[in-house]
Amino acid sequence: MLGWFGACVGPDPRKEMSTAMIEFRSVSKKFPDGTLAVDDFGLVLPSRQITVLVGSSGSGKTTLLRMINRMVDPTNGVIEIDGVDISTLEPVGLRRSIGYVMQNSGLLPHRTVIDNVATVPLLRGVPKKKARQDALVLLDTVGLDRSLADRYPSQLSGGQQQRVGVARGLAVNPNILLMDEPFGAVDPIVRAELQQELIRLQQELDKTVVFVTHDVEEAFLLGDQVVILRQGGRVAQVGTPSEILARPADEFVASFVGADRGKRALHVESQDGRDILVDSEGRLAGVLAGGRSAQNEADPAPGSGAAAQGGDPR
Amino acid sequence: MNWIWSNLDLIWDRTVDHLVLSVPPIILSFFISLPLGWLAYRFQLGRGVILTGVGLLYAIPSLPLFIVLPAIVGTNVRDPLNLIIALTIYGVALMVRVVADGLDSVDTDVRQSATAVGFSGWTLFWQVQLPLAGPVLLAGLRVVAVSTVSLATVGAVIGVASLGSLFTDGFQRGIQAEIVAGIVMTVLLALTFDWALVGLGRLLMPWSRAVGPSLLARWAALRSPGAAAAAPAPAAGEEAAK
Amino acid sequence: MNLFIDALNWILDPANYVGPGSIPIRLFEHVVFTFVTLLIASAIAVPLGFLIGHTGHGRALAIAVSGGLRALPTLGLLTLVALWVGIGLDAPYVALTILAIPPILAGAYTGFEAIDRATIDAARAVGMSEGQIVRKVEIPLGLPLLIGGLRSGTLQVVATATLAAYVADFGLGRFLFSGLKTNDYAELLGGSLLVILLALVLEGIFSVIQRIVVPRGVSAGRPPEVRARSARPRPGMETTIAEGIN
Repeated sequence: MLGWFGACVGPDPRKEMSTAMIEFRSVSKKFPDGTLAVDDFGLVLPSRQITVLVGSSGSGKTTLLRMINRMVDPTNGVIEIDGVDISTLEPVGLRRSIGYVMQNSGLLPHRTVIDNVATVPLLRGVPKKKARQDALVLLDTVGLDRSLADRYPSQLSGGQQQRVGVARGLAVNPNILLMDEPFGAVDPIVRAELQQELIRLQQELDKTVVFVTHDVEEAFLLGDQVVILRQGGRVAQVGTPSEILARPADEFVASFVGADRGKRALHVESQDGRDILVDSEGRLAGVLAGGRSAQNEADPAPGSGAAAQGGDPR
Repeated sequence: MNWIWSNLDLIWDRTVDHLVLSVPPIILSFFISLPLGWLAYRFQLGRGVILTGVGLLYAIPSLPLFIVLPAIVGTNVRDPLNLIIALTIYGVALMVRVVADGLDSVDTDVRQSATAVGFSGWTLFWQVQLPLAGPVLLAGLRVVAVSTVSLATVGAVIGVASLGSLFTDGFQRGIQAEIVAGIVMTVLLALTFDWALVGLGRLLMPWSRAVGPSLLARWAALRSPGAAAAAPAPAAGEEAAK
Repeated sequence: MNLFIDALNWILDPANYVGPGSIPIRLFEHVVFTFVTLLIASAIAVPLGFLIGHTGHGRALAIAVSGGLRALPTLGLLTLVALWVGIGLDAPYVALTILAIPPILAGAYTGFEAIDRATIDAARAVGMSEGQIVRKVEIPLGLPLLIGGLRSGTLQVVATATLAAYVADFGLGRFLFSGLKTNDYAELLGGSLLVILLALVLEGIFSVIQRIVVPRGVSAGRPPEVRARSARPRPGMETTIAEGIN
């Protein structure tokens, strides 16, 4: 069994049957200056799913992410990828087989886009021509025009740079993709596009993605599994978005995801014979799709199903 | 060592000479570079011209400048005034860029909010920009002070009395102690000026801490290769003793 | 103006182009000396600077030492070493190599420090070894500032080599001291002009090199909005002895 590492140097990993499951066991991280970033963290990140670590700053989410490719080593505990303790692996080799996408793309400013994408394959000895060809294909994959290949990062927009960053992360066809607030530095419209790209990519490529964000909306949009973190990397709740929203584990989670207020607490109101959705503060959230319209002569009862707290309009 | 004890008054005299030579250039170069630096900061065209010119001046080696200056200005080569003018030129060459950079370093946001509140022109410059550029200016002034004290010694070879005379005299007579005394006094003098300036800075700018590593890190961040290429003058280390 | 004309005449006088003390020979001595000194100083300062810049260790010491050396009067160092070692080229070589180290060292490590930490982090995260990071990322991106340091060092050596003629018989400085002794102002001024010319030419060459050496991806693209938003002051400007920040 080659496991995840072998998958990257072997035949087309998309046909590989091996999983890339990540497991944290009793992991703690105390930094030299005394900060306890992560305290006794345990979690299984299932393979071929997007796991989102979400929390405010200081929740240790980035530290946890960076422990996976050994940019940070835990002071206690074990991290395993497919059953292999990664502390026994050589860090540089490990990093070359995991995709890593960071905020502000982290592209090398003195290399062209195509050379940036091909960085890791070139490091691993892939012949230059082949590496570049593969890189061009990757540009297609992330939705970039091939004409950008010979430009420099500084000549690209923020959104384009991020796409290049994702392409670079995918270049070795890793089973694991680590993403550290990758869409944080772009404006909301571009961010929405990139989020949709990621969803599409994941449908196509089926990677194990570990995604860090502080944005709950993003977490719920992207995550198959969402992990809500408190200070010190303590898990407040783990689950699918709907599980968390429907049954928040405690006050902290409820308040964090806003389940108890604002735009998550919706009810249906009738306005001029139309069903509209209104949040707990009376602001308009949307229109009930397939609900009553003005022409509809049906029983003027509140629409069903859509609201978390459907009820008689006040 | 004996030599030192028996020649304390000589050392003292030379130190006083040195003070007279080095203090005026430091003060003059500061005030002359304020308007020049402001021009370079304010006008894009001016920036290129002024900074290039100043960079060229700074590139001129010290001793030749001391010698060429009389031919241009009309002083006598052996005249202390000649040395003072030359040292002032170096000080200005160094300080103009510091002033321009210092004014640049004032947060645009701060400047704009000050303008919005009603500062403008003179008052904006004297009450907002200059004080905020203060730490940078102070740091540059310290460099000017140290290099002026060090450079002033060179005048000894053309006959201008200073601590440098202890070097020439000591060399010609083979007295190592004399040279060492001269070096020690020069360094002490430079240190004294440096500390005095730091003290002055603390007095005048109680809101700012002394230039420290965090500020340095931000400076270094600007000094990215792109910015370096855009700048006409040399980078780190340019205030070398010449 | 007459003085300048005299000086010009002196420079153009064919008599000054023959014999052991001729202009070409002195110029040659000066240039060779500068070159050798820089080479030795770089051999020490560049690797050291890269190490300091990459690891971040030893910075404080480097700064303190640089700052301290900068306060040292050149003439004093020259004469002192000359008394120990004797008249001749040894003293200038030693003294000026030592004095050339600070600017080159500063250029080397500030070049590395100026690089965005995120870029280095990204390079490490995708799997570059430390050596690869230094070679493929830090050196190319840090080269302009290193060249800047070399430029400062060169100017400094050219200037002080002139001074070194006080204790040794070489270089363009000999014209200055000879002219001083004999009160031949034409020689004095002529020699000075030659040194200035040499310095300016070297300055020009380095300026061009510094521009060429900027990696294309860094200078291409959007111009840095240096004036539009708050810019930061440049390093090296606040070098002091006591704080010694470089």
